[in-house]
Amino acid sequence: MKEIRFHGRGGQGAVTAAELIAIAAFEDKKYSQAFPAFGVERRGAPVMAFARIANEPIRVRSQIYEPDYVIVQDVTLLDVVDVASGLKPEGKIIINTDRNEKDLKLKTKAKVVTIDATKIALEKLGRPIVNTTMLGAFCGATGEISLESINKAILGRFSGALGEKNLNAIKTAFEGVSQ
Amino acid sequence: MMKVVEGSYAIADAVRCCSPDVVSVYPITPQTHIVEHLSEFVADGKLDCGYINVDSEFSSLSSLIGASAAGARTYTSTTSQGLALMFEVLYNVSGMRLPIVMTTVNRALSAPLSIWNDQQDALGARDSGWIQIYAENVQEAIDLTPQLYKISEDPKILTPSMSCMDGFILTHVYEPVEFLDEEKVREFLPPFRPEYVLDPKNPKTFGAFTDPSWFTEFKYLQHQAMQRSLEKIEEVSKEFEEVFGRGYGGLIDTYAMEDAEIVLVTMGSIIGTIKEAIDELRSEGVKVGLVKIRCYRPFPAEALKKALKDANVIAVIEKDVSMGYESALLTDLKGALYNSSIRTPIIGFAVGLGGRDVGIKHIRSMVEKASKVKDAGIESEFEIFEVKPECL
Repeated sequence: MKEIRFHGRGGQGAVTAAELIAIAAFEDKKYSQAFPAFGVERRGAPVMAFARIANEPIRVRSQIYEPDYVIVQDVTLLDVVDVASGLKPEGKIIINTDRNEKDLKLKTKAKVVTIDATKIALEKLGRPIVNTTMLGAFCGATGEISLESINKAILGRFSGALGEKNLNAIKTAFEGVSQ
Repeated sequence: MMKVVEGSYAIADAVRCCSPDVVSVYPITPQTHIVEHLSEFVADGKLDCGYINVDSEFSSLSSLIGASAAGARTYTSTTSQGLALMFEVLYNVSGMRLPIVMTTVNRALSAPLSIWNDQQDALGARDSGWIQIYAENVQEAIDLTPQLYKISEDPKILTPSMSCMDGFILTHVYEPVEFLDEEKVREFLPPFRPEYVLDPKNPKTFGAFTDPSWFTEFKYLQHQAMQRSLEKIEEVSKEFEEVFGRGYGGLIDTYAMEDAEIVLVTMGSIIGTIKEAIDELRSEGVKVGLVKIRCYRPFPAEALKKALKDANVIAVIEKDVSMGYESALLTDLKGALYNSSIRTPIIGFAVGLGGRDVGIKHIRSMVEKASKVKDAGIESEFEIFEVKPECL
């Protein structure tokens, strides 16, 4: 089983991103589970969401304390939340930032993947909403879900031109971290 | 076909498949998404029913009294403060023998204000004359919905019922579920055709004044119907399994009970995490098993006696406290076993209050405490689990 923890701020769509991973993983013929950290959501406040992917039905329902992967949608969270807490040394943390890895001074043995998702989202979506872009980066950096399935999940949620724009953002992020 | 959807959506869809005639629901976190999806179904023409917008939970359940007494299949849902506000109406519904079905989303009761999960709300309605069945996961909550209509509407039962599901943990989770097949539900669940209904041509009174010479008999008959439902719940559970291919064990279910020395007894969504913990512990040679309470009211005393007869120690894990005594299920279970030949020590833990997360490590710690009882006897019969040291 792979466990994923999302860190974002209220309004950035971290919960939606977790849901989309669960839908995409199921498309890949795996079992999945996604749930929010049940906070009292306020725009801008730090929020968490969780997802699990496994080859067998998932029974455990506690929150995730030792994730395989962490996705950070907003680099300013690093000042207020220990985003790498419990992250497995062989895991990965994917951070939306224009800074380089060393400047972030993260306390983790896990691989740090940086991506300027805000820039990609502004270019491709015209808005600094990075949750879908970060899913592209997650696909590219981990290979845990296929790009086809995440695209399918996206089109199930966002139709028409908005869906296409999101696919573009995802593709750019996917290629950005896969190199 | 399985699909990954939010728990609340799945429940709303299960309700839709049961074709209620009248729905009246007042939104409250974390039950709100159920209401939203139901009203969407009605607006989109996917659910053809009377949809009553109300100003409170008191009104939602009250309006269903009229609808149900007029012969309508009815549905509502609430949680926590909403259920507390319904308290007076709960007793009216069961006393009038109206088979209303409600999804009770389990949430803590104020104060302090908490929107998060525990089961204090439904446990507080334990004696209100409603059947209460607790779901382990979203699929079980879906599948319970038509079963409860079938149980409640049986002319020999005519008792309202609650499908209890943990707030957020089950209402807000996205996981793969199998939707109900509408056609199959129609075969499984016959239309509601009550013998006694409100009818201007043949006027009747429901829930009217009763003097002391008959009140006892009303309560006796209600109690008898509740007792009869024990068998009905088992029967409907089996029938559901035959039609839909999914079964949950009737009144109770068991897990890893062969040769189990330490037996955990609990209900609700915590069971998934407990099963994982049991698998871990079993692989380390710890003989631990689980008895899952599905039906809490009526209380499955006989089924529990049978399931627990070989245990060396029993640990009840639950999300409620009866202030000044202990947790409710613990008391009920001890009571059920007292006049039997079972003399097994029983301890209890109140966990997950106001949404505190319960993980595998917590289950392991409770099993360890239970294991000590096996060797050294009971040191603490009941504890509120892992209270911060500054409060001890």
